[in-house]
Amino acid sequence: MESLTLSDVEQKYYSDLFAYCDTDNTKKVASNGRVLDLFRAAQLPSEVVLQITELCGATRLGHFGRSQFYIALKLIAIAQSGLPLRVESLNSVKDLPLPRFVVGKNEAEARHVALYQDTDSQGLYPASAAAVMPRPPGRGLQNKKAPPPSTSLPVHEVVQPLAASVEPQPEPTSPVVSPDQSPPTSPPSWRKHKRQHSGGNVDRPPVVAAAGAVWTQFREPQTAPVSAEGMWASHSPPPPGQESWVSFTADTPPSSTLPGMHPSSVQESTTIRTVASAAMTNEIQRQSSGYDDPWKITDEQRQYYINQFKTIQPDLTGFIPGSAAKEFFTKSKLPILELSHIWELSDFDKDGALTLDEFCAAFHLVVARKNGYDLPEKLPESLMPKLIDLDDSAEVPEQTADVGYSGSPVEVTPNKSPSMPSLNQAWQEMNPNNEDTAIVHPVPIRMTPSKIHMQEMELKRTGSGERETFDNNHPTSPLLTKPPELDEEAKLPASMKFVAANTVGEGYSSSDSFTSDPEPITRQRSQSGTSPEPLKVVAPPPPPPRPHPTHSRSSSLDMNRTFAATSAAGQAQASAIAYLPAVPPRPLPTQTSAPHTGLRVEAEAAPGAAAGLATTAAATTTAAATTSPQQIPQQPNFADFSQFQAFAASEQPSSLPEVDKHSEAGPVEKAPEGAGPLRTVKSDGQVDERASASVNSAKGASGPIAPPPKPVRRRLKSEDELRPEDEQHGPQKSNVIAAVLSTQPSIPRSVGKDKKAIQASIRRNKETNTVLARLNSELQQQLKDLLEERISLEVQLEQLRPFSHL
Amino acid sequence: MAVCIAVIAKENYPLYIRSVPTQNELKFHYTVHTSLDVVEEKISAVGKSLGDQRELYLGLLYPTEDYKVYGYVTNSKVKFVIVVDSSNTSLRDNEIRSMFRKLHNTFTDVMCNPFHNPGDTIQSKAFDGIVSGMMVQSG
Repeated sequence: MESLTLSDVEQKYYSDLFAYCDTDNTKKVASNGRVLDLFRAAQLPSEVVLQITELCGATRLGHFGRSQFYIALKLIAIAQSGLPLRVESLNSVKDLPLPRFVVGKNEAEARHVALYQDTDSQGLYPASAAAVMPRPPGRGLQNKKAPPPSTSLPVHEVVQPLAASVEPQPEPTSPVVSPDQSPPTSPPSWRKHKRQHSGGNVDRPPVVAAAGAVWTQFREPQTAPVSAEGMWASHSPPPPGQESWVSFTADTPPSSTLPGMHPSSVQESTTIRTVASAAMTNEIQRQSSGYDDPWKITDEQRQYYINQFKTIQPDLTGFIPGSAAKEFFTKSKLPILELSHIWELSDFDKDGALTLDEFCAAFHLVVARKNGYDLPEKLPESLMPKLIDLDDSAEVPEQTADVGYSGSPVEVTPNKSPSMPSLNQAWQEMNPNNEDTAIVHPVPIRMTPSKIHMQEMELKRTGSGERETFDNNHPTSPLLTKPPELDEEAKLPASMKFVAANTVGEGYSSSDSFTSDPEPITRQRSQSGTSPEPLKVVAPPPPPPRPHPTHSRSSSLDMNRTFAATSAAGQAQASAIAYLPAVPPRPLPTQTSAPHTGLRVEAEAAPGAAAGLATTAAATTTAAATTSPQQIPQQPNFADFSQFQAFAASEQPSSLPEVDKHSEAGPVEKAPEGAGPLRTVKSDGQVDERASASVNSAKGASGPIAPPPKPVRRRLKSEDELRPEDEQHGPQKSNVIAAVLSTQPSIPRSVGKDKKAIQASIRRNKETNTVLARLNSELQQQLKDLLEERISLEVQLEQLRPFSHL
Repeated sequence: MAVCIAVIAKENYPLYIRSVPTQNELKFHYTVHTSLDVVEEKISAVGKSLGDQRELYLGLLYPTEDYKVYGYVTNSKVKFVIVVDSSNTSLRDNEIRSMFRKLHNTFTDVMCNPFHNPGDTIQSKAFDGIVSGMMVQSG
């Protein structure tokens, strides 16, 4: 310890302080609350205080001996004067003003204190000293004040705590308040005049010392806060505390409350700055000293914070945006840098907004900072935002006395595990996200037939010109759109990429819609079966197996209707189905399998029930028609007609419509009717051919699909080929179709979550759809052909009849 | 393991520069400054394919015999520059990338702070902490 020469004033002052701090009268002041308070009240940056403690040797000794204490005080004075802290300066600096201790939680007050320095130099110090003295006794101080001033030393630039006394108010926060806290209440604000010491110092120093000690220990949140807490806990000297820390919210008001509190403070307040709050804090701390966590938020504090939060954001579960928080905390007059740091600490989830917990933590930190506590580097645990929201209602309404972080007995802020609220928020955020993501899967559930969907789908999927041609060619048939779509679908199946499974679903659903009839369904099934990739997926879109002759795409409605109508008729003509096969063989090149299937279906259908055959024929024809235009090439499709059998059987009704669709109005109409005759005709190869040709032609014409003649030709061929096949395969096909269809439903559901699988299945379904559509069209065509044949046969019959009559 | 880390604003003035060997800081400042030219060049080069996502990590800007300079630019044209010692060959590209990523994240945290005005130098302690962690421990 360096030798220290103190002036008389200093000596006196220091001894006062020391006495104040030396609560135990052990002639050495441990780093207890008072000292800390004192040092804190010096309003020096904590680093400086630390430095001071080190310099004076207290750190080394572990406590403040008198000499250390004096040195510390001197250093404080030096620091306050703005001089660098040097040991040498201890003795070299003359005329050093007395260290000033201000319990200025409120910087404003500090400034205020500063004012005093110049005022009344008469050394009201003693008064402040008196104030410093614990209140109760404090009163006595005032007396002392008088004398001291008189003896006050030359005023250097004496800080005028005493002068302050002249102005009672000002330091509202002056702890003086300390409502009768036990005497040792840290000197609310004792301003030490530099040289003012006067007798009053005697009282003061202890207080100051105490504060100083507190100050030094400020670093250890424990003690400091403890004192603060103590202050709180104890009589909850609301006003002072409140003011001090709330002050920034309403700059002055808080302080105003203080004055009223302590009568003694009147004088002291003048001199004693707001150290009061600190003092009180210390005192309380001492009293309550049970709390270890300086950063705990008391109930009152929390309630206050919550109320403040409400003023900004009425919804307690909501956020305070950064800008609003910035304005709010800027009112505290803390430097932006510190506010920035506080923000960094408290915005746990780094979202630029403060939740209630984050806000409370930030507020708490601001209060702490204003009270002189250093900001921690990391957010203290007790301030960590909780995962679950705090129960706001729990707190005591008292908001005042929040100055310290008095370790209120109530765990207002439950110590949450460091897990952050960010988790909460993350969860909250995640949920919606999850939901969204959950929705992603389009799900191919077997959609209920919705023709409209089908149409849309088909429209969507088939963007090719086929559709146009179809449309052009089949203006009459409402089903016109379908065939083309079918063709297109058939064409594009692989390339088709459904935007979302939903669309596929829709498409499929539409196809499903077509399959309202059991037959169509079976037809589709068969078709799907034939298609290269059985529509597995998606439940929604009836997988390819939907050999629904009624093109799922568009006007399936019509097709269905017509099919239904025709089916009836077709049924009647079941016998005539035989010729369905004739229609078919049209190579449905486009549909690798589809056409085949379609054709086959048609072929098979013919032999089968008339209706079925008709449909199949039609389907095959349509399919052929559809396919031919697209890719005539694939002749081998014929072979697949077996699948069409079932399809045909089921699709008869649909095929009829298809036929209608494909063929022009006339032929179309004829088709349904002619399906029967056509079928019968089909038995006659030629007739069939003709019919098929006609049908084909009709179909071709109607079908937007490519070159009608070609299809026709093909169809003839296919039909011929198919016919026998159809007849044989008919039943088989229907079985197949039925089987396929039956299996269908099971498939879709399984899909589900796997997006890729879904998409693949969608693709497959679409392909199947196209195939089926094509098949449908072909069958329709076949139906038409058959019908024509039938007509011709009937004509012949009539021709013959007369003879019979004869 | 960096020797110097710098954050440069869009207008090419430094928001934050920190070097480990506190001596010779000026040299690093100069290096960072010159590296900005390279950064600009790289940005403009990639800018041709405007539609494409520009790679944020620019990679090695240029090596000297003493050290290597890596660059990273954000979408708001804030540049991060890391200077590492050439002798430190253990640093892989991935590590540099992760350093940049961390820098970027911390930088965004700083930006989120309502008390921080964009354009001000970065005074965040958290940022300092992160940067210090990345600097050469030799201190």
